[in-house]
Amino acid sequence: MWIYEKKLQYPVRVSKCDPRMAKLLLEQYGGADGELSAALRYLNQRYTIPDKVIGLLTDIGTEEFAHLEMIATMVYKLTKDATPEQLKAAGLDPHYVSHDNALFYQNAEGVPWTSAYIQAKGDPIADLYEDIAAEEKARATYQWLIDMTDDVDLQDGLKFLREREVIHSLRFREAVEILKAEQGQKKYF
Amino acid sequence: MEHVQTGKKDERFYELLQRLQETDFALVELNLYLDTHPNDEAAIAQYNHLVQQRWLLAQEYEKSFGPLMNFGHSFVRCPWNWNDTPWPWQV
Repeated sequence: MWIYEKKLQYPVRVSKCDPRMAKLLLEQYGGADGELSAALRYLNQRYTIPDKVIGLLTDIGTEEFAHLEMIATMVYKLTKDATPEQLKAAGLDPHYVSHDNALFYQNAEGVPWTSAYIQAKGDPIADLYEDIAAEEKARATYQWLIDMTDDVDLQDGLKFLREREVIHSLRFREAVEILKAEQGQKKYF
Repeated sequence: MEHVQTGKKDERFYELLQRLQETDFALVELNLYLDTHPNDEAAIAQYNHLVQQRWLLAQEYEKSFGPLMNFGHSFVRCPWNWNDTPWPWQV
């Protein structure tokens, strides 16, 4: 069961209409290492992970939905006042003719989201290493998104999300150590 | 008691919302930390302290600005004020 809370995890502000940046942000909406992928990856893996890690996957998976909502809010705010001409100039005309101003789960290049982006191997160590890699890739993506804008308000929200990836990665690394200790043997990769 | 407003909010809305977001952030952080450090007594005490603080803050927020949560986790008023704007992306 999930309960919705009518607030963002962290304030999202933008200082201008910027459909070009909105297009790039879609990478974290419906891209391979985006927030939708993250949420669905963790919440799906938790059914077959050892008990000691189920809580962590549940909690991080849930937080990812809050991040997905933050990205959606950024895209919404950056495009809500854009004219069709501005969308065209930003390369969003193919998006416009298919979706108008609606959001869609696709990456920055317009490729629709697919479950092929996420893995579920059933092997706890393999799954957690996948999760660590996903967090690091998302962290890198956030850095590159920050580099692509001079909007300090937008950068503030993106920096928060970048830091969350760092924490999630750290917690997943700790989860690996917990499982190793539980198995009573060290594994090296 | 202040009436529930719609659309653009006053300064108090943003102030209360920020305090709530700050407290909730500490709770999320402690929650994830405790998931992998379940025997840290000080962190558990801090978590429980913030749970209480969060509950009081949420009460104060909801009294003026309507329910934070659906499905019976917040009190509501007549007319049904869950539908009231702003939604989070409209703030």
